[in-house]
Amino acid sequence: MIYLQLFWEFFKVGLFTVGGGMAAVPLLLSMAESTHWFTQDFVVQMIAISESTPGPIGINMATYAGYTVGGIPGGILASVATAIPGVIIVVLVSRALQKFSQSVTVKDAFWGLRPAVTALIAYAAYTIINKTMIHFTKIGTLSFWEVFQWQKVLFFAVMLFGIMKFKKHPVVYIAIAAVVGILFKF
Amino acid sequence: MENTENTKANAARTPEAEDRKAGTVSLGKLFLAMFKTGAVTFGGGYAMLPILDREVVEKRGWITKEEVMDYYAVAQALPGIISINVASFIGHRLRKVPGAVMGTLGVISPCIIIITLIAMLFTNFQDNVYVAHALQGINIAVAALIVNTIITMWKKGVKEIPQFLIFLLVFCLSLFVTNQQLPIYCVLGSLAFALIYKRIERRVRK
Repeated sequence: MIYLQLFWEFFKVGLFTVGGGMAAVPLLLSMAESTHWFTQDFVVQMIAISESTPGPIGINMATYAGYTVGGIPGGILASVATAIPGVIIVVLVSRALQKFSQSVTVKDAFWGLRPAVTALIAYAAYTIINKTMIHFTKIGTLSFWEVFQWQKVLFFAVMLFGIMKFKKHPVVYIAIAAVVGILFKF
Repeated sequence: MENTENTKANAARTPEAEDRKAGTVSLGKLFLAMFKTGAVTFGGGYAMLPILDREVVEKRGWITKEEVMDYYAVAQALPGIISINVASFIGHRLRKVPGAVMGTLGVISPCIIIITLIAMLFTNFQDNVYVAHALQGINIAVAALIVNTIITMWKKGVKEIPQFLIFLLVFCLSLFVTNQQLPIYCVLGSLAFALIYKRIERRVRK
């Protein structure tokens, strides 16, 4: 019975998470209140854990919450439940897209969507840069060298150059960065 | 730049690329490719794009970079978690419904395994000082990877002045407006603009 409820609650999370994993947070907070499966503090702790581990944040949250409520089967069930709405919707949309992929309307649509998505991703990059190495939002409250952490910016530049020049698998750069982070105490 | 061309040429000769031509990428290979993608994506969503590019476009040649971009665009506007939607799109493109299911299972499996292990073994693992430093370093690598992706996307998707204006407007809105639903409005808005603008443009040319 608990599993059925677990499935349904996380199915709703998957369905109503529109535009990124953080959109799931308000839903999880209200779930904490209505089910008492976990506390609201626990949701905040989950965000930190999700950001530090691989994979989509929404799924990480589902696994963690599902595991605490119903053990390993709970974790798997909650994760799958979160993924299901997306799969169903995408299959339906994908069928329509393939059918009309040569139509002028679809081509026009992507003409406008590509720059929009590029901008959204550019904003995501800005957020990470702001959080890790150049604290744009703290200009005025911190000294110049606190805002502009040149060691990290330098490492970023070296990384970007390496990525463009050598075209290795991303995991190579992630591994190097983890080691450099520990050595230089980033 | 020459390097990119080489990678593409190599990708075209792999057995996986032949599979795609025959329309029979095996479900196992699809699962494996998405599993690898899910396992090294720190942060979900956009952080997945460079790795996905590498796995399904450059290494295996299953689909084109443009297709991946288009799936991201549509995934933005649909309900559900972005990475799952993209995985389902790619899976469906290659092997219909079983492909969508396999692709999604591939992406979520590593997270389920890793998070379950963490939940079992550690309680405050992100408070560990070495983990914290490593993650700071990883964030920088992720930023560099994403910036590299943006450069590629820019070259392919921002070619005309109106497209540049869409980019500028969406970026500035994201910067100054804090609204959970903003990305959806941006996607829908640029979609509407594109349809109207292109229609008018064609009429004027006639």
